[in-house]
Amino acid sequence: MAKRPALSLLWLQSGGCGGCTLSLLGAESPDLVETLEAAGIEVLWHPSLSEASGQEARELLDAAAGGERAVDIVCLEGSVIMGPNGTGRFHVMAGSDKPMREMIERVCRQARYVVAVGSCAAFGGITAAGGNAVEACGLSYDGVHPGGLLGNDFRARSGLPVINIAGCPIHPGWFTDTLLQIAAGTLDKADLDEWERPLAYTRHLVHHGCARNEFYEFKASAEHPGDMGCMMENLGCKGTQARADCNIRPWNGTGSCLEGNYSCINCTAPGFEEPGHAFAATPKVAGIPIGLPTDMPKAWFVALASLSKAATPQRLRENAQSKTPVALPHDKRRDRP
Amino acid sequence: MTRLVVGPFNRVEGDLEVQLEISQGSVVDAYVVSSLYRGFEAMLVDKPAADALVYAPRICGICSVSQSVAAARALAAASGLHMADNAQLAVNLVHAVENLADHLTHFYMFFMPDFARAFYRDRPWYEPVRDRFAAIKGTAAAEFLPARAELMRLMGIVAGKWPHTLSLRPGGTTRPLTRAEIARMGAMLVRFRRFFERVILGDSLEAVTALTSREALLDWALARADRADFARFVQISEALNLGKVGRTEIRHMSYGAYPGANGPLFARGSFAAGLGARLDTTRIAEDVSHAWYADTLNGEPVAPTAATTIPDLTRDDAYSWCKAPRLGGEVIEVGALSRQLVNGHPLLRDIAAKAGASVEARIVARIVEAALLVLAMQEWLERIDPAAPFLSDDRIAQNGTGEGLTEAARGSLGHWLNIVDGRLAGYQIVAPTTWNFSPRDRAGTPGPLEQALRGTPVEQGQGGPVTVQHVVRSFDPCMVCTVH
Repeated sequence: MAKRPALSLLWLQSGGCGGCTLSLLGAESPDLVETLEAAGIEVLWHPSLSEASGQEARELLDAAAGGERAVDIVCLEGSVIMGPNGTGRFHVMAGSDKPMREMIERVCRQARYVVAVGSCAAFGGITAAGGNAVEACGLSYDGVHPGGLLGNDFRARSGLPVINIAGCPIHPGWFTDTLLQIAAGTLDKADLDEWERPLAYTRHLVHHGCARNEFYEFKASAEHPGDMGCMMENLGCKGTQARADCNIRPWNGTGSCLEGNYSCINCTAPGFEEPGHAFAATPKVAGIPIGLPTDMPKAWFVALASLSKAATPQRLRENAQSKTPVALPHDKRRDRP
Repeated sequence: MTRLVVGPFNRVEGDLEVQLEISQGSVVDAYVVSSLYRGFEAMLVDKPAADALVYAPRICGICSVSQSVAAARALAAASGLHMADNAQLAVNLVHAVENLADHLTHFYMFFMPDFARAFYRDRPWYEPVRDRFAAIKGTAAAEFLPARAELMRLMGIVAGKWPHTLSLRPGGTTRPLTRAEIARMGAMLVRFRRFFERVILGDSLEAVTALTSREALLDWALARADRADFARFVQISEALNLGKVGRTEIRHMSYGAYPGANGPLFARGSFAAGLGARLDTTRIAEDVSHAWYADTLNGEPVAPTAATTIPDLTRDDAYSWCKAPRLGGEVIEVGALSRQLVNGHPLLRDIAAKAGASVEARIVARIVEAALLVLAMQEWLERIDPAAPFLSDDRIAQNGTGEGLTEAARGSLGHWLNIVDGRLAGYQIVAPTTWNFSPRDRAGTPGPLEQALRGTPVEQGQGGPVTVQHVVRSFDPCMVCTVH
């Protein structure tokens, strides 16, 4: 196979927690170093990983922003900070006395690919919660609204819009898959969903592969934190609407939010940070949860739910509100001694 | 006198600028600038109280579990809840995985790469050190990252995922463990311990944690500097005299770490000039004389139970988004070194007695503490009872006030909250690097890093100043926590 020329990658951080980078350091098979090598990526600069600091880093960023140093891929982690009052002064780039958003915009406009890493960079994310006093937004969205720093019409030099690897944090595999696909030259518009998130992970619902599916089928619901039952009815779980492969592609080897026994909070969606209700409580109207699966007639859902509740096996009924199994599956042909 | 602005200061978590006033080749005065404000404290006000468990970990992607633990403890305190011993063991395990990973991530990914700089190319030790520790490309990163990822697999079991788990609650953890999982995690810890002993120490955990003096440490390092990364550091430190660099002579503090039936694994208290003391957290107050926040008490420092966070960019003397916390007016250093000094570890007490806190002391403390943590985790795992509850009833009170204290890898973390009618009416956070990288206070007293940088040599040329970078990174700063 012919060796491709190396792709240069520049990573910036702004209004976020750094958790997407830390999550990415946990990449396995391939790990981060192997991924960069396999993809032929040269890291121009990453704030947590590179040697260059201070003036060296400033010179490098200025060269990238001015177009003197070619940048193939720009990754932004964290939201863009526009406040207070549109000045951007809540995040001044260290060593520059200029709002960070200026550097972000300049390098993005030079790049062949622009990747928003995490829900903050994509949509504003957690940093935009509360009254969004810091005026946090994403690269091409401001919450659910097209806009953000670059505008939704922005196209990087490859012709692609901002690629939004949404999640809080990202799963390392969501990023490494995207990077490998960019390097292979196979990433195009057909690979992105309606929010320009890679379909590689958003073609799934968090519900897919959830180990609590049997409880869901029979509407055997958890009532308190840590209960084994389905968490949709009472504990705010949004797994049936949330777009991600968290229960197919495990986190940290074997985990997921649901495997940790807590609800999905739909962290890959714009606006997840302000659900309009307590995260761990399902809002209801007349006893029926609002926010049922989006593509199912509500009346059918209610009818099926009441049927399946009537048919719930005793085993699920008992386990649903217990923290460890009290009744186990059992082959009737033989009893445990 | 010349002035030098160093920023963006990378390989720290988050955004940092350091301004130096230099005379005759060394730092006369330093100003530490935290340059990003996100406003978590204001964001949390009016939220349903339990939602703190969602927002707080997202303050920080590297101290995520520490933030969860502090939030859960503050909610527990406000609700009169007590965590059962079994649940505490499981929570300690989750917390220790994060802190252990953070200590070693700091060592391999953030701190050691500075010795691979071309600046040191004429040193006799340079070439193997460059090949080993060069940023991203060194052999150490290639060896450490898979070991770290495997360690984090423990999180997949005990916490669902990392960072930003929701498994930690005021009454324990949502994730009970089975006997089979405990057995499997035991094997995973044995595997990680093997990496630690083979690659980092070249010796057993017990041998290294039993060292009692700096002389013994130097002898120990001499015997294995060709094969163990910690020994390599000790030798470089001796060659560059890092035991005399980045010094502070101030009080150290620890809130106490990893609670247990017989007290915490690492004790609570403070330590200064060779003496330990009890800690009274009601004496903590934050000064905003040099920070971009509205002054609400006529220049008086405000206790976190009464404080607000209102940005004010018009303040003339301000230069940072970091407030200046003080304990009874005193500047305080926090971190692994502080914990081990408070807890009385003989090696660290010996090092500090000879030359105070220093770059060397902080790095040695981190590795010794990481070794102590692996030993403790193995013991906790044996003591967890799969049949006992992991989560007690933990209904959060409709009204109450609570203090939640814990120790993140990089030092003492406190949350103070106030619940009114089920919603948060006030929320204040004082993070480890808020202490260490605080700006000056109203008396003009510089924060710990600002003090540590005084007298540090400022080298010219590419990649410089290098020693300043060793000093800054020796604190393992987390800037996203600092301002939050």
